[in-house]
Amino acid sequence: MNSIIIDDEATARAIISQLCTNITELTVLEEFPNAIQAIKYLNQNDVDLIFLDIHMPDFTGFDFIDSLKNPPKIILTTSDSNFAIQAFEYDCIVDYLIKPVGLDRFMKAIEKAKSIKSAIKVKTASGKVETSSGNDLYVNIDRRLIKIDVTSIYLVEAKGDYIHVKTENKNYTVHSSLKKIEEKLPGNLFLKVHRSYIINVDKIIDIEDNSVLIKKDVIPVSRSKRPELMKRLNLL
Amino acid sequence: MEKPNLSYICSMSGGNKEFEQKLIQIIKNEFPTEKKKYLNYLKVGDYKRAAEKVHKIKHKISILGLAKSYRLTVNYENNLIDNKTVGQKDFEDVLQIITDFLETL
Repeated sequence: MNSIIIDDEATARAIISQLCTNITELTVLEEFPNAIQAIKYLNQNDVDLIFLDIHMPDFTGFDFIDSLKNPPKIILTTSDSNFAIQAFEYDCIVDYLIKPVGLDRFMKAIEKAKSIKSAIKVKTASGKVETSSGNDLYVNIDRRLIKIDVTSIYLVEAKGDYIHVKTENKNYTVHSSLKKIEEKLPGNLFLKVHRSYIINVDKIIDIEDNSVLIKKDVIPVSRSKRPELMKRLNLL
Repeated sequence: MEKPNLSYICSMSGGNKEFEQKLIQIIKNEFPTEKKKYLNYLKVGDYKRAAEKVHKIKHKISILGLAKSYRLTVNYENNLIDNKTVGQKDFEDVLQIITDFLETL
Protein backbone atom coordinates (compact mmCIF):
# COMPACT_ATOMS: atom_id res chain seq x y z
CA MET A 1 0.00 0.00 0.00
CA ASN A 2 1.28 3.42 -0.94
CA SER A 3 0.61 6.01 1.72
CA ILE A 4 1.16 9.66 2.59
CA ILE A 5 1.18 11.48 5.93
CA ILE A 6 -0.49 14.85 6.45
CA ASP A 7 0.14 16.61 9.76
CA ASP A 8 1.31 20.11 10.58
CA GLU A 9 3.33 18.78 13.53
CA ALA A 10 6.76 17.42 12.59
CA THR A 11 6.85 15.24 15.72
CA ALA A 12 3.61 13.52 14.72
CA ARG A 13 4.82 12.93 11.15
CA ALA A 14 8.05 11.38 12.42
CA ILE A 15 6.15 9.02 14.75
CA ILE A 16 3.72 7.79 12.09
CA SER A 17 6.54 7.39 9.60
CA GLN A 18 8.51 5.29 12.11
CA LEU A 19 5.47 3.15 12.93
CA CYS A 20 5.04 2.49 9.19
CA THR A 21 8.50 0.91 9.05
CA ASN A 22 7.02 -2.04 10.98
CA ILE A 23 4.73 -2.91 8.04
CA THR A 24 6.60 -4.33 5.08
CA GLU A 25 3.78 -3.85 2.57
CA LEU A 26 3.35 -0.19 3.53
CA THR A 27 5.35 2.49 1.73
CA VAL A 28 5.31 6.12 2.83
CA LEU A 29 5.66 8.10 -0.39
CA GLU A 30 5.55 11.60 1.03
CA GLU A 31 4.88 13.66 4.18
CA PHE A 32 3.06 17.00 4.11
CA PRO A 33 2.80 19.74 6.77
CA ASN A 34 -0.50 20.94 5.32
CA ALA A 35 -3.43 19.66 3.26
CA ILE A 36 -3.01 22.07 0.34
CA GLN A 37 0.36 20.59 -0.62
CA ALA A 38 -1.13 17.11 -0.32
CA ILE A 39 -3.99 17.95 -2.69
CA LYS A 40 -1.51 19.07 -5.34
CA TYR A 41 0.37 15.80 -4.90
CA LEU A 42 -2.79 13.69 -5.12
CA ASN A 43 -3.70 15.34 -8.42
CA GLN A 44 -0.69 13.63 -9.95
CA ASN A 45 -0.15 10.50 -7.89
CA ASP A 46 -2.20 7.51 -6.80
CA VAL A 47 -2.24 6.74 -3.10
CA ASP A 48 -3.94 3.83 -1.27
CA LEU A 49 -3.92 5.20 2.26
CA ILE A 50 -3.62 8.60 3.97
CA PHE A 51 -2.67 9.26 7.59
CA LEU A 52 -4.47 12.50 8.26
CA ASP A 53 -4.46 14.93 11.18
CA ILE A 54 -7.75 16.70 11.84
CA HIS A 55 -6.52 19.78 13.69
CA MET A 56 -4.64 21.86 11.15
CA PRO A 57 -4.83 25.64 10.80
CA ASP A 58 -6.86 27.12 7.92
CA PHE A 59 -7.70 23.80 6.22
CA THR A 60 -8.72 20.99 8.56
CA GLY A 61 -8.59 17.26 7.92
CA PHE A 62 -12.33 17.21 7.21
CA ASP A 63 -12.01 20.15 4.78
CA PHE A 64 -9.35 18.11 3.04
CA ILE A 65 -11.54 15.00 2.73
CA ASP A 66 -14.46 17.09 1.46
CA SER A 67 -12.23 18.52 -1.26
CA LEU A 68 -11.41 15.08 -2.73
CA LYS A 69 -13.68 13.63 -5.41
CA ASN A 70 -12.64 10.06 -4.83
CA PRO A 71 -10.75 9.84 -1.52
CA PRO A 72 -8.56 6.81 -0.80
CA LYS A 73 -8.73 5.03 2.55
CA ILE A 74 -7.95 7.39 5.42
CA ILE A 75 -6.72 6.79 8.96
CA LEU A 76 -7.29 9.85 11.13
CA THR A 77 -4.61 10.72 13.65
CA THR A 78 -5.61 13.26 16.29
CA SER A 79 -5.20 14.33 19.90
CA ASP A 80 -8.93 14.92 20.12
CA SER A 81 -11.53 12.17 20.60
CA ASN A 82 -14.43 14.58 20.07
CA PHE A 83 -14.58 14.05 16.32
CA ALA A 84 -15.00 10.26 16.32
CA ILE A 85 -18.71 10.32 15.46
CA GLN A 86 -18.24 12.85 12.68
CA ALA A 87 -15.34 10.77 11.35
CA PHE A 88 -17.41 7.65 10.82
CA GLU A 89 -19.88 9.52 8.63
CA TYR A 90 -17.19 9.21 5.96
CA ASP A 91 -16.96 5.86 4.18
CA CYS A 92 -13.31 6.44 3.35
CA ILE A 93 -12.26 6.68 7.02
CA VAL A 94 -10.93 3.31 8.12
CA ASP A 95 -9.89 4.14 11.68
CA TYR A 96 -9.39 6.91 14.19
CA LEU A 97 -6.15 6.95 16.16
CA ILE A 98 -5.64 9.05 19.27
CA LYS A 99 -2.15 10.49 19.68
CA PRO A 100 0.29 9.44 20.90
CA VAL A 101 -0.20 6.34 18.77
CA GLY A 102 1.15 3.07 20.14
CA LEU A 103 2.47 0.27 17.94
CA ASP A 104 -0.28 -2.28 18.79
CA ARG A 105 -3.11 0.14 18.05
CA PHE A 106 -1.35 1.25 14.86
CA MET A 107 -1.05 -2.37 13.67
CA LYS A 108 -4.79 -2.89 14.23
CA ALA A 109 -5.61 0.14 12.12
CA ILE A 110 -3.40 -1.12 9.30
CA GLU A 111 -5.05 -4.56 9.47
CA LYS A 112 -8.42 -2.82 9.08
CA ALA A 113 -7.17 -0.86 6.07
CA LYS A 114 -5.75 -4.04 4.51
CA SER A 115 -8.95 -6.03 5.03
CA ILE A 116 -11.06 -3.33 3.40
CA LYS A 117 -8.69 -3.21 0.47
CA SER A 118 -8.87 -6.99 0.09
CA ALA A 119 -12.66 -6.96 0.23
CA ILE A 120 -12.79 -4.47 -2.62
CA LYS A 121 -10.43 -6.63 -4.70
CA VAL A 122 -12.47 -9.80 -4.13
CA LYS A 123 -15.67 -8.00 -5.10
CA THR A 124 -14.12 -6.75 -8.34
CA ALA A 125 -12.73 -10.12 -9.26
CA SER A 126 -15.99 -11.99 -8.71
CA GLY A 127 -17.87 -9.37 -10.70
CA LYS A 128 -15.60 -10.01 -13.66
CA VAL A 129 -16.25 -13.73 -13.67
CA GLU A 130 -19.96 -13.15 -13.89
CA THR A 131 -19.93 -10.53 -16.59
CA SER A 132 -16.93 -11.37 -18.70
CA SER A 133 -17.08 -13.70 -21.68
CA GLY A 134 -13.65 -15.26 -21.46
CA ASN A 135 -10.81 -12.95 -22.38
CA ASP A 136 -12.79 -10.71 -24.69
CA LEU A 137 -13.54 -7.03 -24.38
CA TYR A 138 -16.04 -5.27 -26.64
CA VAL A 139 -15.40 -1.66 -27.61
CA ASN A 140 -17.79 0.69 -29.36
CA ILE A 141 -16.24 2.19 -32.48
CA ASP A 142 -18.42 3.99 -35.08
CA ARG A 143 -21.55 2.29 -33.69
CA ARG A 144 -20.00 -1.14 -34.07
CA LEU A 145 -19.05 -3.35 -31.15
CA ILE A 146 -15.63 -4.71 -31.90
CA LYS A 147 -14.23 -7.67 -30.02
CA ILE A 148 -10.68 -7.40 -28.69
CA ASP A 149 -8.76 -10.25 -27.10
CA VAL A 150 -7.72 -8.75 -23.76
CA THR A 151 -4.46 -10.70 -23.66
CA SER A 152 -3.40 -9.13 -26.96
CA ILE A 153 -3.59 -5.60 -25.50
CA TYR A 154 -0.18 -4.34 -24.52
CA LEU A 155 -0.88 -0.67 -23.90
CA VAL A 156 -3.76 1.72 -23.23
CA GLU A 157 -3.06 5.43 -23.45
CA ALA A 158 -5.37 8.28 -22.36
CA LYS A 159 -5.75 11.11 -24.87
CA GLY A 160 -8.27 13.68 -23.70
CA ASP A 161 -11.77 12.18 -23.97
CA TYR A 162 -10.38 9.14 -25.85
CA ILE A 163 -8.18 6.16 -25.16
CA HIS A 164 -5.82 4.45 -27.59
CA VAL A 165 -5.92 0.70 -27.17
CA LYS A 166 -2.84 -0.89 -28.70
CA THR A 167 -2.84 -4.64 -29.45
CA GLU A 168 -0.45 -7.08 -31.15
CA ASN A 169 -2.20 -6.63 -34.50
CA LYS A 170 -4.15 -3.42 -34.46
CA ASN A 171 -4.73 -0.15 -32.62
CA TYR A 172 -8.12 1.26 -31.64
CA THR A 173 -9.24 4.73 -30.62
CA VAL A 174 -12.25 4.56 -28.33
CA HIS A 175 -14.35 7.29 -26.73
CA SER A 176 -13.81 6.25 -23.11
CA SER A 177 -11.62 6.89 -20.09
CA LEU A 178 -8.62 5.13 -18.62
CA LYS A 179 -10.59 4.58 -15.41
CA LYS A 180 -13.41 2.74 -17.24
CA ILE A 181 -11.13 0.39 -19.14
CA GLU A 182 -9.01 -0.20 -16.04
CA GLU A 183 -12.11 -1.60 -14.34
CA LYS A 184 -12.63 -4.03 -17.25
CA LEU A 185 -9.07 -5.28 -17.55
CA PRO A 186 -7.81 -8.15 -15.34
CA GLY A 187 -5.76 -6.70 -12.49
CA ASN A 188 -3.31 -9.61 -12.52
CA LEU A 189 -2.25 -8.75 -16.08
CA PHE A 190 -2.54 -4.98 -16.31
CA LEU A 191 -1.14 -2.14 -14.25
CA LYS A 192 -1.73 1.60 -14.38
CA VAL A 193 1.85 2.86 -14.26
CA HIS A 194 1.08 6.52 -14.90
CA ARG A 195 -2.03 8.67 -14.91
CA SER A 196 -2.12 8.36 -18.73
CA TYR A 197 -0.98 4.77 -19.24
CA ILE A 198 -2.04 1.21 -18.46
CA ILE A 199 0.36 -1.51 -19.53
CA ASN A 200 0.20 -5.28 -19.89
CA VAL A 201 2.94 -6.34 -17.46
CA ASP A 202 3.59 -9.56 -19.43
CA LYS A 203 4.55 -7.53 -22.50
CA ILE A 204 7.32 -5.47 -20.89
CA ILE A 205 10.63 -5.76 -22.71
CA ASP A 206 12.77 -3.79 -20.27
CA ILE A 207 12.69 -1.22 -17.48
CA GLU A 208 15.05 1.68 -17.15
CA ASP A 209 14.87 4.28 -14.37
CA ASN A 210 11.35 5.60 -14.49
CA SER A 211 10.21 4.16 -17.81
CA VAL A 212 9.33 0.82 -19.38
CA LEU A 213 9.86 -0.34 -22.94
CA ILE A 214 6.82 -2.16 -24.22
CA LYS A 215 6.85 -3.12 -27.92
CA LYS A 216 8.32 0.05 -29.42
CA ASP A 217 6.76 2.42 -26.91
CA VAL A 218 8.67 3.95 -24.03
CA ILE A 219 6.17 4.56 -21.23
CA PRO A 220 6.80 6.75 -18.17
CA VAL A 221 6.28 5.18 -14.74
CA SER A 222 5.10 7.41 -11.88
CA ARG A 223 7.30 7.37 -8.81
CA SER A 224 4.32 6.22 -6.74
CA LYS A 225 3.67 3.27 -9.11
CA ARG A 226 7.22 2.03 -9.33
CA PRO A 227 7.14 -0.05 -6.10
CA GLU A 228 3.96 -1.82 -7.24
CA LEU A 229 5.45 -2.49 -10.66
CA MET A 230 8.63 -3.90 -9.15
CA LYS A 231 6.58 -6.19 -6.90
CA ARG A 232 4.86 -7.64 -9.94
CA LEU A 233 8.09 -8.60 -11.66
CA ASN A 234 9.76 -11.96 -11.29
CA LEU A 235 13.12 -10.51 -10.26
CA LEU A 236 16.25 -12.64 -10.11
CA MET B 1 4.85 17.45 40.34
CA GLU B 2 5.22 14.60 37.84
CA LYS B 3 8.39 14.31 35.79
CA PRO B 4 8.73 13.82 32.03
CA ASN B 5 10.08 10.51 30.74
CA LEU B 6 10.98 8.80 27.48
CA SER B 7 8.97 5.60 27.99
CA TYR B 8 6.65 6.17 25.04
CA ILE B 9 9.49 7.11 22.67
CA CYS B 10 11.45 3.99 23.69
CA SER B 11 8.38 1.73 23.36
CA MET B 12 7.41 2.85 19.86
CA SER B 13 10.96 3.08 18.49
CA GLY B 14 11.42 -0.70 18.67
CA GLY B 15 14.88 -0.11 20.12
CA ASN B 16 15.97 2.08 17.24
CA LYS B 17 18.30 4.48 19.08
CA GLU B 18 18.94 6.53 15.97
CA PHE B 19 15.23 7.20 15.60
CA GLU B 20 14.88 8.01 19.32
CA GLN B 21 17.57 10.68 18.99
CA LYS B 22 15.99 12.00 15.80
CA LEU B 23 12.58 12.30 17.45
CA ILE B 24 14.02 14.00 20.55
CA GLN B 25 15.76 16.49 18.29
CA ILE B 26 12.52 17.19 16.41
CA ILE B 27 10.73 17.83 19.73
CA LYS B 28 13.60 20.05 20.89
CA ASN B 29 13.26 22.09 17.69
CA GLU B 30 9.48 22.20 17.55
CA PHE B 31 8.50 22.72 21.19
CA PRO B 32 10.17 26.14 21.78
CA THR B 33 8.53 27.53 18.62
CA GLU B 34 5.10 26.31 19.68
CA LYS B 35 5.62 27.68 23.19
CA LYS B 36 6.72 31.07 21.84
CA LYS B 37 3.73 31.29 19.48
CA TYR B 38 1.36 30.29 22.28
CA LEU B 39 2.73 33.06 24.52
CA ASN B 40 2.50 35.62 21.70
CA TYR B 41 -1.11 34.73 20.88
CA LEU B 42 -2.00 34.91 24.55
CA LYS B 43 -0.31 38.31 24.87
CA VAL B 44 -2.41 39.78 22.06
CA GLY B 45 -5.59 38.14 23.36
CA ASP B 46 -6.00 35.74 20.42
CA TYR B 47 -7.24 32.86 22.56
CA LYS B 48 -8.44 30.78 19.63
CA ARG B 49 -4.97 30.58 18.10
CA ALA B 50 -3.43 30.16 21.54
CA ALA B 51 -5.73 27.13 21.99
CA GLU B 52 -4.48 25.71 18.66
CA LYS B 53 -0.91 25.88 19.94
CA VAL B 54 -1.93 24.33 23.28
CA HIS B 55 -3.49 21.51 21.24
CA LYS B 56 -0.16 20.82 19.50
CA ILE B 57 1.80 21.06 22.75
CA LYS B 58 -0.70 18.63 24.32
CA HIS B 59 0.63 15.88 22.04
CA LYS B 60 4.17 16.44 23.28
CA ILE B 61 2.97 16.42 26.89
CA SER B 62 1.54 12.94 26.35
CA ILE B 63 4.63 11.77 24.44
CA LEU B 64 6.69 12.75 27.48
CA GLY B 65 4.45 10.68 29.75
CA LEU B 66 2.89 13.59 31.70
CA ALA B 67 -0.55 12.09 32.30
CA LYS B 68 -1.82 14.55 34.94
CA SER B 69 -0.47 17.53 33.04
CA TYR B 70 -2.20 16.23 29.93
CA ARG B 71 -5.58 16.33 31.68
CA LEU B 72 -5.13 19.87 32.94
CA THR B 73 -4.00 20.91 29.45
CA VAL B 74 -7.18 19.48 27.93
CA ASN B 75 -9.21 21.65 30.35
CA TYR B 76 -7.09 24.69 29.66
CA GLU B 77 -7.46 24.27 25.90
CA ASN B 78 -11.25 24.12 26.31
CA ASN B 79 -11.16 27.22 28.51
CA LEU B 80 -9.20 29.15 25.88
CA ILE B 81 -11.72 28.13 23.23
CA ASP B 82 -14.36 29.64 25.56
CA ASN B 83 -12.23 32.83 25.81
CA LYS B 84 -11.19 32.08 29.39
CA THR B 85 -7.67 31.72 30.78
CA VAL B 86 -8.49 29.52 33.76
CA GLY B 87 -5.63 27.05 34.20
CA GLN B 88 -3.00 29.30 32.59
CA LYS B 89 -0.58 29.18 35.52
CA ASP B 90 -0.66 25.38 35.82
CA PHE B 91 -0.20 24.96 32.07
CA GLU B 92 2.73 27.34 31.97
CA ASP B 93 4.34 25.47 34.86
CA VAL B 94 4.14 22.34 32.68
CA LEU B 95 5.78 24.26 29.82
CA GLN B 96 8.66 25.13 32.12
CA ILE B 97 9.05 21.53 33.29
CA ILE B 98 9.27 20.37 29.66
CA THR B 99 11.70 23.17 28.79
CA ASP B 100 13.97 22.14 31.66
CA PHE B 101 13.70 18.45 30.75
CA LEU B 102 14.56 19.01 27.08
CA GLU B 103 17.67 20.91 28.11
CA THR B 104 18.94 17.79 29.85
CA LEU B 105 18.65 15.64 26.70
